[in-house]
Amino acid sequence: MPEISSISVKVARGGPEGAQRMQQFTVPAYESQTVLDVVTWIQQNTDPTLTYRFACRVGMCGSCAMMVNGVPRWTCRTHVDKVLKNGAMEIAPLRNLPVIKDLVADMDPFFDKWVAAEAKHHPSRTRDDPIPAIDPDAPERLVASAGIECINCSVCYAACDTVAGNPDYLGPAALQRAWTLVNDAKDSARDAILDAVSGKGGCHSCHSMGSCTAYCPNELDPMSAIAGLKRETAKRYFRGRAK
Amino acid sequence: MNEMHLYMAQRLSALVMAPFVLVHLGTMIYAIQGGLTAAEILGRTQGSVFWFLFYGMFVVAVSIHAALGLRVILSEWAGLRGAVLSGVSLAIGLGLFAMGARAVWAVTAGGAP
Repeated sequence: MPEISSISVKVARGGPEGAQRMQQFTVPAYESQTVLDVVTWIQQNTDPTLTYRFACRVGMCGSCAMMVNGVPRWTCRTHVDKVLKNGAMEIAPLRNLPVIKDLVADMDPFFDKWVAAEAKHHPSRTRDDPIPAIDPDAPERLVASAGIECINCSVCYAACDTVAGNPDYLGPAALQRAWTLVNDAKDSARDAILDAVSGKGGCHSCHSMGSCTAYCPNELDPMSAIAGLKRETAKRYFRGRAK
Repeated sequence: MNEMHLYMAQRLSALVMAPFVLVHLGTMIYAIQGGLTAAEILGRTQGSVFWFLFYGMFVVAVSIHAALGLRVILSEWAGLRGAVLSGVSLAIGLGLFAMGARAVWAVTAGGAP
């Protein structure tokens, strides 16, 4: 990396009322500095009113995602030297979500859609029953396992142009979780999930543009998961079991 | 019609169209080898039940497929919703069918000239 002593950062400021404005800051550059480090430096040294969200700082909690130079990223694992453009960068709240203040997006629509997609566990047994054995190498289990490391960061949701054009669309994260549950031997509501993802804004709204898969920080593949839902719902349609 | 029916209608109409497009293009390339006249085309198509069914089904599939594709674009790009979206899409589908059916009838009805 070329030696630079400071970074020129533009940060989106303001709340939901009116358009956000970009505020310029100059931040000292460090080795191995992350975008989250930059935001934290501004809040601790220049403007304590800067509002942003983070928790774990190690890429596990999914709290700190923001738009960096127009691209959704997990800021705690994004090194500044990878994203700087001519020594400068722009940081903004996640796209496709309402803004609460500064860099904090309102995650409610994102999580409401998880529930709408039935992307929640539907128990097949009670706590008094023995735990069923799961073969980790069973084909369905492998499909489910491919998608379960999602950290709910909403990077895919912010990257998705279908979400931008269709406010009803459930989005890649919710649909991927629905797909993992359809393939989960411990989930009892396969038909309810497939019904939930077949309605307005369901998996069939996806245009397979693939931004979810391209930008997922955990390198998951929501686009293929949604394709799986499309296949499964189509098979069910031919068997006459769809609503 | 719910979303699932519309999705299946669009996929199945695409499935129907695929072989039609290939036969249509193949016939065109074959038919123009020795030049092309309106009389030659009409001589092949007029009174032909095969070409009537071929292009008749083609027009039905195109009307369904194009109307549903434009429905999504009108929703995402023009912000149409609900009854307006359904009405405009239906009008597009019926319009395409009317124009296509008129053309099919024009070239296949009647005997040889």
